[in-house]
Amino acid sequence: MTSGPAPMKLRESPAFKIAVSLSIATGLYGVSFGALAVASGFDFWQTMVLSLLLFSGGSQFAFIGVVAGGGSGVAAMTASALLGLRNGIYGMQINAMLRPGGWKRYISAHITIDESTATASGQSDPDEQRRGFWTAGIGIFILWNIFTAIGALAGDAMGDPKQWGLDGAAVAAFLALLWPRLKGREPWAIAAACALATILAVPFVPSGVPILVAAVVAGVIGWFSHARMDEGLEPDVDPYAEKHQRDHEGKK
Amino acid sequence: MNLWLWILIACALAYLTKLVGYFVPAKLLESPRIMHVAGTMTIGLLASLTAVNAVASGQGLVLDARIGALVAAAVALWLRAPFLVVVISGAAAAAVLRLLGWG
Repeated sequence: MTSGPAPMKLRESPAFKIAVSLSIATGLYGVSFGALAVASGFDFWQTMVLSLLLFSGGSQFAFIGVVAGGGSGVAAMTASALLGLRNGIYGMQINAMLRPGGWKRYISAHITIDESTATASGQSDPDEQRRGFWTAGIGIFILWNIFTAIGALAGDAMGDPKQWGLDGAAVAAFLALLWPRLKGREPWAIAAACALATILAVPFVPSGVPILVAAVVAGVIGWFSHARMDEGLEPDVDPYAEKHQRDHEGKK
Repeated sequence: MNLWLWILIACALAYLTKLVGYFVPAKLLESPRIMHVAGTMTIGLLASLTAVNAVASGQGLVLDARIGALVAAAVALWLRAPFLVVVISGAAAAAVLRLLGWG
């Protein structure tokens, strides 16, 4: 794929195997993004452009979530951009880890997301880090877009989104994106504070703005926080879930 | 309002954010404050989006079938269900509650 690990070796590489199964797990839920985007009033190509060019699950869901709630395009864009800030941190980490040069930087930047970064970070051998990052990044990109298209076409055919509970699906999707990041007391406190700030703001400001109120609250908390450095920077699908589970049980 | 325009700006910002990590010296981004803000921002926005999608209806707050979706999703996550199962649980809960005539 990139700086050539021999294809024979690839199948034996733990990072490659993890990245492939992660790509399938993550790519699959592109179907829910596609269906929800169409249900929120986006057309097929708007949905596809979000998956092809924005390519960051949380930010994509945020964009359509704000619009679905009646928020403006500016509010949707702002929420999406703020939610994507962590990708800048990931970019720095991948750059330090893999040092991609020349044009490869521009491609690796595009596939720098929670899952590809987590796959690479979980490996200690530089070759394995490289295989993990590129396999997860490209694998998820391809599958995410295929399943977004399938979801968008299916959503189009479904008719009334409420009858199918698609507004409930959106709630579930956001909770599922949030859940893996709620490790420990402080993340729960931040989540509760921001959810409360949002709900209190809803009656007083235009749709979409309550989310930005929560962003300000979160930013202020982060600025004065002394929590662990990687708080909130967990992937939606943990590539090393089984290992973490085992470590956790081993400690008991 | 042109939705296409905001979509494209959001795409450009997303890519530039990622790219910044590759070109800005690591020392600048590695400050604990920036790391924390990026992390708490992620948690806060996702919590906020969960809340808005669960109870907001325009500028009103309502308790409807979406609360059932929230509970169903939380139970599925508690049981370590994969993402797609969680989303389907939420949809099913909302659809069934509506079928029963609530929300």
